[in-house]
Amino acid sequence: MALPIHATLGERIWHYCFMAICFAIFTFLIFPILIILPLSFNAQPFFSFTSEMLHLQPDAYTTKWYQEFFTSLNWQGAVKNSFIIAFFSTIISTFLGTLAALGLSKPDFPFKTTIMGLLISPMVVPLIISAAGMFFFYSRIGLQGTHIGVILAHAALATPFVVITVTATLTGFDHSLTRAAASLGSSPTYTFFHVTVPLIIPGVISGGLFAFITSFDEVVVVLFVGSYNQRTIPWQMFSGIREQISPTIMAVATILIMISVALLIFLELMRRRTERLRGITPH
Amino acid sequence: MADAEAETELITTADGIPLKQALKKALWQRKKTALLLVSPLFLFVLITFLIPIFDMLTRSVDNSIAGEQFPSVVVEIQRWDLDSSEIPDETTFQALFKDFKAGAERKTISRLGRRLNYEMSGMSGLFRKTARKIKKLEAPEAATEVMIAIDKKWGKLDTWRLIKRESGNYTNSYYLAAIDAEKLSDGSLAMKAEDRQVYVALFWRTIRLSITITILTILLGYPIAYLLATLKTKTSNMLIILVLLPFWTSLLVRTSAWIALLQKEGVINDILVAIGVLNDDSRLAMIHNEAGTIIAMTHILLPFMILPLFSVMKTIPPSWVRAARSMGATPFTAFRRVYLPNTIAGIGAGGILVFILAIGYYITPALVGGTKGTLISNFIAYHVSTSLNWGLAAALGTILLLLVLALYILYDKVVGISNMKLG
Repeated sequence: MALPIHATLGERIWHYCFMAICFAIFTFLIFPILIILPLSFNAQPFFSFTSEMLHLQPDAYTTKWYQEFFTSLNWQGAVKNSFIIAFFSTIISTFLGTLAALGLSKPDFPFKTTIMGLLISPMVVPLIISAAGMFFFYSRIGLQGTHIGVILAHAALATPFVVITVTATLTGFDHSLTRAAASLGSSPTYTFFHVTVPLIIPGVISGGLFAFITSFDEVVVVLFVGSYNQRTIPWQMFSGIREQISPTIMAVATILIMISVALLIFLELMRRRTERLRGITPH
Repeated sequence: MADAEAETELITTADGIPLKQALKKALWQRKKTALLLVSPLFLFVLITFLIPIFDMLTRSVDNSIAGEQFPSVVVEIQRWDLDSSEIPDETTFQALFKDFKAGAERKTISRLGRRLNYEMSGMSGLFRKTARKIKKLEAPEAATEVMIAIDKKWGKLDTWRLIKRESGNYTNSYYLAAIDAEKLSDGSLAMKAEDRQVYVALFWRTIRLSITITILTILLGYPIAYLLATLKTKTSNMLIILVLLPFWTSLLVRTSAWIALLQKEGVINDILVAIGVLNDDSRLAMIHNEAGTIIAMTHILLPFMILPLFSVMKTIPPSWVRAARSMGATPFTAFRRVYLPNTIAGIGAGGILVFILAIGYYITPALVGGTKGTLISNFIAYHVSTSLNWGLAAALGTILLLLVLALYILYDKVVGISNMKLG
């Protein structure tokens, strides 16, 4: 991308224009996320900067929205529900999804395309249709407005991510390793736990992370299948934005951004580990 | 001779089973293990997801409520002709009285009234009024007179034609409503009056907005993907964080950020007023309209365009463009004839993905779309939770689902489901 020394004037102008365009687009991507951080410290209950804030007067800033988040019953209930629902739906979807990915990656699996298509359909069907369908069906069998209902719904939505991630890890999997283990007298079970599992565990963990995030960030299905008692953080944010706009939402948003940064770093470390184990050095 | 030899010296495994048979058994064993591994998830998805979706789809044609509330009427009315110029006979009215009284005592008859009200306004009121009065009456000698005395509408041909038309277990009227058509009282189909048409325009708006958003993400995503693909890996790994961070940030966080930026008293308007571009009283309305939906959704879906484009561009060797340049192509020609054609697959993959996601979006339009920027999903939600016209919600949902599935098959043709990657 660096400009060669023999570049003509036109090329130089174009190069700097291109850089400016890219800079503008990156700003468009990142600015909305960065703007939340200062707004969450706004002493006034607005979603905007006050002139006092711009003059950096200390009393224009406050941490009271964070205090409200940590003390309000609504929000603390939401945090608790979010973690409970995400935890259990992650366990279910990671377990079932990994098993299925192991099966799907076997050669000559019958009806692979059809079954794969059905298994990842929760990712493809628009959320509002899934939410409406689950709402009707779960209310009929008495699961609407229960934690179990929301957990099952989220687990169903999250399994495609696990299946895809683990399948992707398994395509790079060298099957001669398991054969080598077998030839050295290892039983299939021992091979599975001591050869296969350590190699696919990064895929399983990132699949699980995807599942966790899917549940943690999901709002449409919770709005329909859940009720106030199953309110999650996104549920609370959605109704907060609709009803009374309070900067507490900005404080929550800031905390969520911090969580995504942490996740991003974690995923990057996992990716590096996989590459190192496979002997692919980043270049 | 060769044949005879093969027969006698059948190749067998160590324990004497013919090799062919042993191989078949081993392969079957492997298939069985594979199926066994997949079946728990398959059952889980079937019960928690596929059956509910299918159940909802059947609601779009379900009309069993007629048989439930009017068990004898739907039988008796079979004898009555839709083109008849007289109202049904006394037997039918006796059945109506019986069914209505039973339904009124169960307090369920008003459901049918609500159902028929979708087809003809005034039905809900008629059913409520009749239910109130019929409870005090005993089975009469002349049910026809009694019913007409309760409300003249029971003596109208249109009422009976509607009951006859909607007496089956299945109905197409939800689909007709979903495409703004209606059945006239003589049974023929017609489009609704212009001012009562809602859904066709809504579908077009949804498609138009989704196309706009897709094009915007291509225009904004292409330069970024190109930059990331051509920079040194170390630099591009740093910059790609700027794409992945929004990707990993909660949807509601990004939506509320856009509310903070775009609203009348928001950051962008404040900046424009502060630098003197705008007067304080002419602040731009960028939210609760189409513009709000387009801006926020373009931002939210942009990473879904950049990531597939980036992975395609990574595979294009820079020497190809250099080769074109060395043979005299201008930079623009080299880009247009060499680079761009090689990225078409990426544009296709990202474009279909963004379009599929955009067409079914609910949350962002609901929060920033106002009335002008809402999409089909918002109307489905409205019918599920507010108007309670579940049949219409199911019909709209089925149409949307078919649209998405068609696009998904296209996506599978372009990219292949198994090549789908995340993050």
